[in-house]
Amino acid sequence: MEPKAIHEKLIGEFGDKVLSVDLEAASPFAVVATEAIADVASFCKDDPDLAFDNLMCLSGVDYPGEDPPRMEVVYHLLSYTHHHTFALKVHTPRENPAVPTVEGIWGVANFHERECWDMFGIAFTGHSDLRRILLPDDWEGFPLRKDWEDPEYYNGMHVKPTEQMAERALAGEQIGVGPFDFDPPNAHVEKE
Amino acid sequence: MSQVKGLIQSRFPDGLVFSTADQVINWGRKNSLWSMTFGLACCAIEMMAAGGTRYDWDRFGVIPRATPRQSDLMIVAGTVTLKMATRVKRLYEQMAEPKYVISMGSCANNGGPYWRQGYHVLKGVDEVIPVDVYVPGCPPRPEALLYGIMKLQERIQEDRVLRKRGATVGSLAGATLDGTTDEEAAG
Amino acid sequence: MSASELTPPAANDWDPEALDTDEMILQMGPQHPATHGVLRVELRTDGEVVNAARPHIGYLHRCFEKHCENVDYPGVMPYADRMDYVAAMGNTLGFALAVEKLAGIEVSPYVNTVRVIMAELQRIASHCVAVGTYTMDIGAFTPFLHLLRDREKVLDLFEWTCGARLLYNYNWVGGVSHDLPDGFGRAARDLLREFDAITIPELIDLIIGNKIFIKRLAGVGVCSPELGISYDLTGPNLRGSGIPRDLRKDAPYCGYESYDFEVALGEGRFGPLGSCFDRNWVRVVEMRESSRILHQALDRLEKMERTDVHEKVPKRVKVPKGEVYFRSEAPRGQLGYYVVSDGKANPYRVKVKSPCFTAMSVFHHLARGMMIADIVALIGSLDIVLGEIDR
Repeated sequence: MEPKAIHEKLIGEFGDKVLSVDLEAASPFAVVATEAIADVASFCKDDPDLAFDNLMCLSGVDYPGEDPPRMEVVYHLLSYTHHHTFALKVHTPRENPAVPTVEGIWGVANFHERECWDMFGIAFTGHSDLRRILLPDDWEGFPLRKDWEDPEYYNGMHVKPTEQMAERALAGEQIGVGPFDFDPPNAHVEKE
Repeated sequence: MSQVKGLIQSRFPDGLVFSTADQVINWGRKNSLWSMTFGLACCAIEMMAAGGTRYDWDRFGVIPRATPRQSDLMIVAGTVTLKMATRVKRLYEQMAEPKYVISMGSCANNGGPYWRQGYHVLKGVDEVIPVDVYVPGCPPRPEALLYGIMKLQERIQEDRVLRKRGATVGSLAGATLDGTTDEEAAG
Repeated sequence: MSASELTPPAANDWDPEALDTDEMILQMGPQHPATHGVLRVELRTDGEVVNAARPHIGYLHRCFEKHCENVDYPGVMPYADRMDYVAAMGNTLGFALAVEKLAGIEVSPYVNTVRVIMAELQRIASHCVAVGTYTMDIGAFTPFLHLLRDREKVLDLFEWTCGARLLYNYNWVGGVSHDLPDGFGRAARDLLREFDAITIPELIDLIIGNKIFIKRLAGVGVCSPELGISYDLTGPNLRGSGIPRDLRKDAPYCGYESYDFEVALGEGRFGPLGSCFDRNWVRVVEMRESSRILHQALDRLEKMERTDVHEKVPKRVKVPKGEVYFRSEAPRGQLGYYVVSDGKANPYRVKVKSPCFTAMSVFHHLARGMMIADIVALIGSLDIVLGEIDR
């Protein structure tokens, strides 16, 4: 199915829950109302014409510069039966972002949503096990947000590169041993 | 043995050699460094290649052991993250003395290519454990790792095992158990 | 010790029903010889049988996505290499193609052929490591050494071309970093001749047809097709369950549609379809098919007009505002790059869908009810590389 036809099918079923669409993008997507994403996803999977049985990727993106500032969750879908792809997006505010889970529809969403929570702090309501997946359990903050600042220490270990080294590198000084500062190991061997 | 000067050597028929106890013990230790397989990232693949047939560290006596209890060398190969750092320290403490550490690759040396924005990368494994030899490279060639092992062998040959009471056996030669150096201890 | 403490227990105290048996929680990893990297698996076992297995990842999280936002597009390449470090060519190829799609850059057929050659050589090298370390996990140490020896020959070719053995920074946006040297075709054909005549038949004879191998793997870790699709298992893992999906055929790139090769499928010859044995079998057959593609590509190379590989590489990569999701067939599965650009020199967001990450998501399903030794077989059959899972 062409992206246009997919979009029309979604509008036919959900009407004004499909907020906007971009069919000219390199990967066409439709923006869907956040509270309806679980129903839309379920429809995408179960409808025989769409048959999006595979969630290829679930990503969070942070847009603090947009008006209003928002975070997006992007779902890239693939149908193994019809060989077509499409993307869905939901918008959520940057303060207390929350999106319904699609874990029950595609099993892989469990891991993807945990990662999104870990990196962005987007809470997926209804998720069975929303905890950090990549970072340690006692990590504070959400690193992939655009306003992330590295802390000085984590449990006694330096996190930021020591300021002195960073300043010197940025000022153009060469940190560490330069090329061929030392004699190679076999320098004493006579060449034949 | 070749560094031994001034002692009687080869004055007797084959089969009789004179040396010091330290020399012999160090010779035995340096030529049978059993390493703990601590491959973390890309450097682990080059470490595997160093153990493979073309570069073969077995001829140096290095045999990989899976458990820290049976190894005397820990080759930290790859990026140490903050989540992993506590485990690195625990594994180091589980090794028995004398123990040595080779930091392989730039990530283990100082954070490597992740040093600037790596919020989860430990900027050098020497923040949590003492390191004897640093092998630079990203990843270092297997020959570079073998050169690092050879340099460590040279260091081990100079270890004080029986010569100085109070000196720590093993890594960071010169340091004593209560923190004073050799010169201070000598008075 | 008093006398009463020394007396042995009475005969009827040995009733098994009365013994206090609890579930044991066993931690496997993160330092473990068979977990293919820093993976921690928390097992709840009842004796030797695993009731539940929970993987913990993140011990190699190296902040790839944060780095992408702070360097420009060509600067992402070294970091992309280091994700799946066993098959680095595939990572840079995927990113280069994603950015080229977004920026509208088209490379010449010569560059495409070079890219295909490098990608397929890398597939052979990667599967050598995968099958070699897998047999080592199962208990046979020698095939690991044999396959590593064969992999060294492939790495020699890479080193001759671009100077690096493991992490190459080879595929650039708009081209590749170094052209193939003169004599590459002959050297590659020599390698393939040995590979086809000795390595693959030896592998199939000694290992795949080995009774111990079959008994250990057939019927272990069976993944049904529906479970695989729902949990986004891709690549050899999905093809092991009998689903003939290969991106090189379904959504071809770099001219793959013009090559003649078969999609390797698991056959379920020695047990239910989708077992560890089938996944491993798919990898071995894929090596053979890669060799086929390489022969065709090398033939093509001789007749093709050589172009400058840096011709389309822009001095400054200018990507218009937009986003793309591009997927390529890495040796481990479908590697997806979601690149969001806001028109500036640095990418706005790069999200990587790594095939091993999704393979780990199905792990807890497959691990239920198997023995602890089978957990090792399962982890190896999914062919995970932690650098890619944790990025």
